[in-house]
Parts: sequence; structure tokens; C-alpha cells
Amino acid sequence: MIDKILSKYPFPESVKLEIKEELEKLNLSADKIKALVDRCYKAYTQNLMEPEEAAGIVAAQSIGEPGTQMTMRTFHYAGVAELNVTLGLPRLIEILDARKTPSTPMMTIKLLPEYAKDREKAKEIANKIEATYLKDIAEIEADIKNMKIIIKPDRKMMDVKELKMDVLKKKIEKSLKVDVFEEDEKLIIQVEPSYKKLIDIFEKLKDLVVAGIKEIRRVIIRKEGDEYVLYTEGSNLKKVIKVPGVDFTRTLTNDVWEIYEVLGIEAARNAIIKEALETLEEQGLEVDPRHIMLVADVMTVDGELRQIGRHGVAGEKQSILARAAFEMTVNNLLEAAIKGEIDYLRGITENIIVGQPIKLGTGDIEVTYKFGGKR
Amino acid sequence: MVPKNIAAIKFEVLSPQEIRRMSVAKITNPETYDDDGFPIDGGLMDLRLGVIDPGLRCRTCGGKTGECPGHFGHIELAAPVIHVGYAKLIARLLNGTCRKCKRILLKNERKEKFIEEIEKRIKMNQSYDDIVKEVFRLTKATKKCPHCGEEQVEIKFEKPTFYYEGEHKLTPKDVRERLEKIPDEDLLAFGLDPKSVRPEWFVLTVLPVPPVTTRPSIILETGQRSEDDLTHKLVDIIRINQRFLENREAGAPQQILEDLWELLQYHVTTYFDNEVSGIPPAKHRSGRPLKTLAQRLKGKEGRFRKSLSGKRVNFSARTVVSPDPCLSINEVGVPVEIAQELTVPIYVTPKNIEMAREFILRREHPSANYVVRPDGKRLKVIDSNRKELAEMIEPGWIVERHLMDGDVVLFNRQPSLHRMSIMAHYVKVLPYKTFRLNPAVCPPYNADFDGDEMNLHIPQSLEAQAEAKILMAVQEHILSPRFGGPIVGGIHDHISGLYLLTHGNKVFSKEEVLQFIRATDVKDVPLKDAYTGKEVFSFILPDITLEFKAEICQGCEKCKKENCEYDAYVIIEKGKLLCGTIDEKAVGAFKGLIIDEIARKYGNSEARRFIDNMTKLAIRVITGLGFTIGIDDVDIPKEAEEQIEDVIKKAERKVDELIRAYKDGNLEPMPGRSLEETLEMSIMRELGKARDQAGKIASRYLGDENSAVIMAVSGARGSMLNVTQMVACIGQQSVRGERIMRGYTYSKRSLPHFKPGDLGPKARGFVRNSYRKGLSPIEFFFHAAGGREGLVDTAVRTSQSGYLQRRMINALQDLKVEYDGTVREQTSGIIVQYKYGEDGVDPMKSYRGKAVDVKRLLREIVGGAQQ
Repeated sequence: MIDKILSKYPFPESVKLEIKEELEKLNLSADKIKALVDRCYKAYTQNLMEPEEAAGIVAAQSIGEPGTQMTMRTFHYAGVAELNVTLGLPRLIEILDARKTPSTPMMTIKLLPEYAKDREKAKEIANKIEATYLKDIAEIEADIKNMKIIIKPDRKMMDVKELKMDVLKKKIEKSLKVDVFEEDEKLIIQVEPSYKKLIDIFEKLKDLVVAGIKEIRRVIIRKEGDEYVLYTEGSNLKKVIKVPGVDFTRTLTNDVWEIYEVLGIEAARNAIIKEALETLEEQGLEVDPRHIMLVADVMTVDGELRQIGRHGVAGEKQSILARAAFEMTVNNLLEAAIKGEIDYLRGITENIIVGQPIKLGTGDIEVTYKFGGKR
Repeated sequence: MVPKNIAAIKFEVLSPQEIRRMSVAKITNPETYDDDGFPIDGGLMDLRLGVIDPGLRCRTCGGKTGECPGHFGHIELAAPVIHVGYAKLIARLLNGTCRKCKRILLKNERKEKFIEEIEKRIKMNQSYDDIVKEVFRLTKATKKCPHCGEEQVEIKFEKPTFYYEGEHKLTPKDVRERLEKIPDEDLLAFGLDPKSVRPEWFVLTVLPVPPVTTRPSIILETGQRSEDDLTHKLVDIIRINQRFLENREAGAPQQILEDLWELLQYHVTTYFDNEVSGIPPAKHRSGRPLKTLAQRLKGKEGRFRKSLSGKRVNFSARTVVSPDPCLSINEVGVPVEIAQELTVPIYVTPKNIEMAREFILRREHPSANYVVRPDGKRLKVIDSNRKELAEMIEPGWIVERHLMDGDVVLFNRQPSLHRMSIMAHYVKVLPYKTFRLNPAVCPPYNADFDGDEMNLHIPQSLEAQAEAKILMAVQEHILSPRFGGPIVGGIHDHISGLYLLTHGNKVFSKEEVLQFIRATDVKDVPLKDAYTGKEVFSFILPDITLEFKAEICQGCEKCKKENCEYDAYVIIEKGKLLCGTIDEKAVGAFKGLIIDEIARKYGNSEARRFIDNMTKLAIRVITGLGFTIGIDDVDIPKEAEEQIEDVIKKAERKVDELIRAYKDGNLEPMPGRSLEETLEMSIMRELGKARDQAGKIASRYLGDENSAVIMAVSGARGSMLNVTQMVACIGQQSVRGERIMRGYTYSKRSLPHFKPGDLGPKARGFVRNSYRKGLSPIEFFFHAAGGREGLVDTAVRTSQSGYLQRRMINALQDLKVEYDGTVREQTSGIIVQYKYGEDGVDPMKSYRGKAVDVKRLLREIVGGAQQ
């Protein structure tokens, strides 16, 4: 019955759900339900945004104003003491700048049910994901006299990481393009008689990732509720979601660009909203999600991720005067001249500059008076 | 009067013909004024270019100073020079066209394809910079002309304005000749609009001379003239230009001519932009770099941001603000002196002409300063002409009368970070010299009274006054669009005052209560001999029903609701406070649930009335009951001090143990952390715990009646941490979230008072004393180090967040909600959202983000009984 009444009103889904939830708690007569829904609808229509409202400016102010109250420091991630995460103003700037890589990339990896319950199995996946450096599992020595590099793998570590000698050998050969010889549990690389090359290869070997995903420097396993969740330092969504056992529908990264590249623009929009909201919330600042939504939508309208700034939304304005008034004044004017651009003075800044009323709010309203009407 | 409208502005490059056409004078003389101080004909101050000296008339338009807008002149350059702004583009064009046939280095079909794509993008209003970039990349890489088969030699570009073809240097003349031959149909592929520009115009043969009005000279106190930087630069150009001409006519050697040419190029370059990399900036005699054309436009102080986007206004005032709880929140106290200076226009009609006359005739405060005739002439009202002017005025005149009680004004405090930073108030003319405002409006302005100054603006037109009253009045901004809650509300004494009134079951005598409520507008009070505090508060409440946990709520596991032993569960039924304490959560700014409820149920005016009453009541209560804090408020008995000492000592011992374990190698590292990090984290935790314990002990001995504690728990000011620091222990000082490690790196100690490598609490900035006890010199030093970080942090943050805000405003300013509910970008017409915020709800009217406050409506319909 509730549904039937509700279906007649064009409410947004969230409101419908809430009304239903509240009504189901009480046992009310149809009249009362009708009265309530009616009242809710009236309230809803009253609460709508008014036309001509400067939604953008209000959004920018609502996010910018609390910026002054935010902290600057990097903090430990709430819950996971082991990870450092950029928070506060620097993080907010990072999100709105649409930086290619965040300063502290991080992933939250959820596992498929058969892995999530078992610590050992979770550990297995963690091992697959975490980058293993050659220097972690083996001793690397440079024999300058014989121009050789000797790699002595540690049996124990190899077992922990489930690595085999021949796999290691192939990996080194493939990534460094050198010949590797195996000699009683040691790997030897003979280098041409060039001291520089020896050092070169030696340095490269130190940073060689032999297993796992290069970008992911550390994995931490934590129990959350009744499942094990992996937190990582470093992020590579594309590779992680391919790892068997990872529930990619619930796996997240804080790198918006990666989400854009892997999952598309809609996902990137949602990621911006989520990250920005979380950053503000963590600082104890209350900001309506609608403002952040608008910012995220502006950053993603044309299907590409654009930053809020001179190389993005603000720098690609149609109006020459608005661009000139923002940044790179001279360049913008010179560019506009060779393209023969026309500024149609539709925006705010342009009209302020030429001294006309702006086309917003009461500035966009004109009153006409009909003379000779009925008295 | 219908104002003129500018429909659009087109940007193009000036052609030499155009420059000559708009010029009114050819400038050839580097001198400006003759010996009598009269502008020289053909000089830079030529009277045809406009006038700046009073008394003279423009020879072009006949206007006087202020009437004549100025006119352009021109300089015929003896030899062509490169325009710096386009130097790079010229290089690209030279490399992109054939050295011999000057056609674009692309096959016709390819070129057509690019042009087609560019035209498509133009039609769709999209940027085509990426295509142009691709064209330049491709054409530069082409080594053989597809049209004539000529081999291409790369042309090297050297900043700022030099070009080399192999070893051979290209003169601007060569460059211009080449550019002239690029056909129009190839231009669009390079991103140039053939209708607005010819590439050879990038090489200047004639230079426009801006009107004198754009470069006025100033007369110093000594009577000397001081010319504008631009004039100086133009003088340099003319001088070199003339010398070049003379030398060429005299048949000077090639080398000298070339040097002069280069010098001319330098002067023209710096005339356009004096911050070009690669050449020294032109300097004034005093060594100050000249401010030339680019510098005038650029940056924060440039024309665009300083003079075009921001404009100075009249009818404004600024002074220090101070509090006045007797004012309503939508009033502002204005000093009489300011009220006598600022004016509001009266548009004289037959109906108000008598009133207008009265203002003119009055000699003191609500008087008139000026009358404006219908032709726009302003006449000052002075004592000698009052009678005369009062007789003269008739409908159509404007009388500018003094500011009076009840006028609308805009009140503003910088930084104007959100729209609540400028609100409309009603004037209350008061004695003394400060603006007065109700302290409840401090939060939206973020004002305090430690010397803050604020600005006042008087809307002059009736439209502006109406808009200010309807849209900008303070009560329209009680709810913030940021989170949909109240931003105007009680602060400091309002909260502690109401806490004192309503906490527990205090009883007040009739006399006391009448004192409390006499400032409010409460009229009907049931007659009784004594009232409880809760009853008194109920007097100012309208009929609302509300239930919530107060700020003082201790967060018990099981809420006892109305039986709460802390009196922290607030129940208001039908406008009666039944139980609970009124504190920050109820009436505070940002939190105030009661304000929120009233604003939603009865509207903004009722909310305003409530805030007025609430603040007045609270102030009366707190002055009546008395509320002070002194040094003895942070005293604790000896036994408490001993206990605290004990706790800290214990913690110190524990830290010592940790350090020993670390040194012996017995410390177990936390997963993913090094040994050092683990040690630091455990020490910090241990010391933090000790301070919290000390704080708990202290607050136990201070009791609930302590003023500092009352302020902290009610949310009036400060926190329990602040109390702890005053009473018990200040605790660990930190820099960058770590204990203080900096100092003598080589000996690993923070100060010479410690042994090298000392990791103990004292050596790393743990302050065990309280503010009352005082800090030891070493502690003081560490405390200062921690304090300094806070200051640096604030300084850095304000600039960063300011820039973020500017960028966001610039990116989002053109978005507005249309009549169909969509959000569109004004300049391009792009739909950004089909429905604002996915549900079309105004965040300000939403209930803390929710589209509809279903629970409240349910209560309204079903009644408070159920639930």
C-alpha cells in the first residue's frame, strides 16, 4: 500500500526509501499515510533548488571555506597504524588537481569469500601482490676481480615467497638481458670487461622485482568483521584486480587516475566524490555531498578527467576574458588574437570586466510592464 | 533609460594598415615637453593623443581632461622587428612551411583533413590546440617539400627573437618576407584564423602609440614632471628609430646598422614584455625594472585582477567592530560620524517632497549632504544654502540624506570566503566610533573583537535595497548552504550562560527571573514565586517538540534518557524544556539543533527572534549569576598533585624500560615498522596515556562546578585537554607529528643539557609540568618549538587554501541552476548535471543533507505521542 501511494509522487529514490522505512515502523491508516506522503512532497518541492541559483559558486565556497581549518600533516590511516596516508588540505588539493599519482597511493583489497575467511589464504594472496625485491631474498655481490656478479639466494626466504631457482634465473635474464649461470645454488652473471657495466647491472639487480606487483611496496593484512582485508602501500589497480582470489568488485584504490583508466569516467567521478568526502569528514568538517558532486561532475563532464586549475576546467573556459583574469593573462590574449576568438560575454567575470550586470540570480531577470492593462 | 549592452568582443591581431588608420598622429620626436612645459607636436605627449593637463583641450576631439578618452598615435619603424609574444609561433611557422615555395609542409589531402577536423571542433566549440600541435610536429619533421620537392634546412630559434637558417642569421625583414608568402588557405591548419590575422603582422613595421591618458605623467612635489614607464620606453624606441634612419641615410656601415637594428628590437621587445627570459630587463634610472605592457596586465596587481575583476566603490565605511548583545542579529550599530558621512538617496516624488525638504533643512544628524539635479549636477548642502535648496527641489531631484535607523546596509569582513561574509543588516545609529554587532553573528563572519575591522556598504538603488532585504539579510543566512545547519548561533557566554540557567534543577526567585527576561520580548509569564531554570528557558521557546543528547553527554553505554544523571538528555515538548541541559548542541553556532528546528518549522524570522531572545537571556543570566575564572580555578589539592606525579613517574619508568629493551635488542617491532619507529610510537602512546590519566585525576578534583570545566563540557570555549594542560600536565611537544628530534645532529641530542643519544622523555620534549606550575627553561624551549610549527602551519595553509578557493571559484563560477532543474555552464551551455545534486534539493534547505526530514514531518502529522 505504501508503495502504491509513493509511486504517484516523483520523489528521488532515497526519499522514498526513507519514508517507507519510517512508515513500516508504525502502523498507520491509509489516510494518515497519504497525509504524510503529501506533506513530504510539499516539503520536497519547497526544498528544491531555485532556478538561477549560482550552484557552482556555492559549491566552491562550501569546499574552499573549510579549507582554512584543515591541517597540513600526513597522518596514520584511521585503523591501520602501519600506513601513512596524506590527509587534510594537501590531500584535498591533490584530488582536485587530478594528479597523475597521489603522494601516498594506497589500496584496500577485499578478497573472494573462499579466501577472505582464512588467514593463510589471505597471506598467500598478499605474497602474490607484494613486490619482492631481489635484495630481499638474496645476497648480491660484485666480484670486481673476475668481473662477475654473484647472487646467493636465501633458501628460507625463497620458500616463504614460493620462488624457484629457475624462475628467478629466467626473470633476471629476461629483465636485464644478460646470461645467467647456475652454480651450486648461486646465480652468476659474467659481465664483459667493463667496470661501468658491472656497476650498472649491480645497481639494477638491487632494485629488481622478482615477484609480485612492482608498485605495491607493502601489504598489510587486517581482520575486519569476519573477513581478512589487505591494505597496500602503493597502488596498481589494473594488475591487482587480475590476481585470482581478489574480489575486484569491492577493491579500491585512492588513485583517481588509475580508476579513470581502468574503470572509466563514471567510476572516476564517484572516486573523486568518495575521496573528497572522506578527506573532509576525517577532518571533522561537514560539507554537503551535493557540492562535491558538482565539482566532480565539472571535472568529468566531457569524458576526460580534468583538474580544477589552469590546465583544466578553469583554463579551458570559453571566455577569453575569464581565462585572462585567471592565470597566464598575456598568453591567453595573444592566443585568442591569432585564432580570432570571440568572447560572447555569457559568463560572470567577463560581464564584471566590461561593467554589465551578470547573468545570474536577479541579474538574469527582467521585468516587463504592460501599459494600459486593466486597472 | 535602457543601458547599452556589449554583445561580444572579438580578438584579432592589428594589421599595419589598421594601426595607421586608427592613428591620429605620427610620432617622430623623442622629446615630450618644450621648455615652457607645453607638449611638443609629434612628440609622445602630442595634444592629438589626448590631454592629461587640466586647462588644455584635445586637438582630436576637443574634449577636456576627463572627457577625452585619448587617441592612438603611431611610430613608423625604420626596420621591421619581431613581436616577442609571437616569436615562438613565427619559429614554428617558418619550420612548418617550405623554405622555397612557402607552402605548408603537408600534402594537400592531409592538410584538408586537418582543416576539416579543426573546423569541426570550432563549430562544436571545442579546443583544437592538440591538432595544431600535431600539425606543427608533423611539418617540422618533414624534410622534403611535398609541393616543390625542396630539401628543408631546419630553422633554429634562439630566445627571445633570433632565427638561424643553418649558420645564416635571418633578419626580421627576411622573416617577414617569408611569412608574407604563406598562402591564406594553409593558415587554418596552423590554427590561425585567416580572417583575423596574417602571419607577417607578427613582424612589426609600425608601432601603435597608446594615448597619453593610459600613461599619464605625474608632477612631483618639486614641480618636476615624472613620466610613466611606458612613455620612457617609447622615448627609447623613437630615439633609436630616428638614429637608425639617420645612419641609414648617411650610409653608415652595415655593422653599425645591424647593431642599431638589434637595439631597436630590444627596446620593442621590452616595451611589450619586460620579463622576457634571455634578455636583461629594461631599467629605470633608479635601477627599478620598468613596468611595461605585459606587466601592466599580469598577475594579482595587474589590470585584470586589480582593476577589472575588482572595482572600488563609494558609499562605504570601515572601522573596528565591537560586540553589543542588545542589538538584534540583523542590526548593526553605526557610529554617528559615519552615519553623517554616508548617504541614502531619496528620489523626490510629490509624496515625499516634504520629507526631503525637512532633511535638507535639518542641521544635525538625519540631515542631507547633497542634492542632485535631474541633469546630474550635484549640489552640496551647506548651512548657507539649506533654505534655498529646500525651496528648489521638486520631483525628479535626488536628495542624499544621512544614514538612519532602519536603513539596509551590507556588512562584510574579509577574507570573504563564503556568501555569509557579506550580509545585509539594518542600521542602528549609535554613539562612539565602532561598528557594533550581536556576537551571535560572529561565526559566519569569523569575526572576533581583538581589533577586527569590518566594511559597510550602502546600496543606493531601490532595487539593490530590496534585494539586500530579501536575499542578503542575516536571517536568510542562519542556515548555511555548506551543510544545511545553522551557522548563526550562540557562542561563548551564551552557551555557558544557558548552561548555568538550565543545568540541574536550579530555582530562581521571581525578581531574579524578571531580571533575566526583561531584555527579551517575552510578554506572558505565569505568575509564580519561583521558577526553575528550565521554565525560564521555556519562556523564549516557540512551540516545538525535540529530543536529543546534549553536548555534555558522557556517551554512556546504555542511555538512560530522561533519567540521565548528568542531565544530558534534552526533551522539549510543545515548547517546554522538560529535562536536559541547554548547551552548544542546542543553541551553538554550527550545531544548534533548536535553532535548526525553529528555522525549519517557523521560518527565518522566528529563528532570528529566538536567537535574539536567547542571546539576551543568556547574557543577563551570566551577568546575574556571575561567571569568572582565575588562577585558583586551576588549583588542585596536594593529594591530587601527588597522584599525578605518580602517574607521570610511572610512565617515565615504563618509557625507560622500553628504551632499555630497544637498546638490548629485545623490543618486538610492529608489523611493517622499523625498530626505531616502534619505539617512538610506544613511547608516544605511553606518555599520551599518562597525560590523559593526569587529566582525569585533575578533573575529578576540580569537580563539575569549576568554571573552566563548565566551559569545556558545555562547549562554550576550550576543551578538557586545555583544562588538563592548565591543571595537570602539558604533555609531549611535537614537531611534524614526532617527538622533538632536531638539534645537534652529530651528537644526536636536542640540547646540550642531555647526553648524546638520550631518548628519554625529558630529552625529547615531554613537558611534565602544567601551565599553572610553570615550565622549566628546557621545557619552555621545547614548547616554543612545538608552538612555532603551529604558526608556520597556519601561514602556509592560508596561502594554499586561498589559492585552492580561487581556482575552484574560477572553475565553477559560471554554473547555474536553470529553470528546468539542470545545472549548466553558462559560457558553453554544457549540461553538467541533469538534476542538481541528483535530487534537485538545495543543500541549505535540506536537513543536514537529507532531501526531506521525514521524521520531523511524521512527528508533525502523527504527533509527538507516538515515537
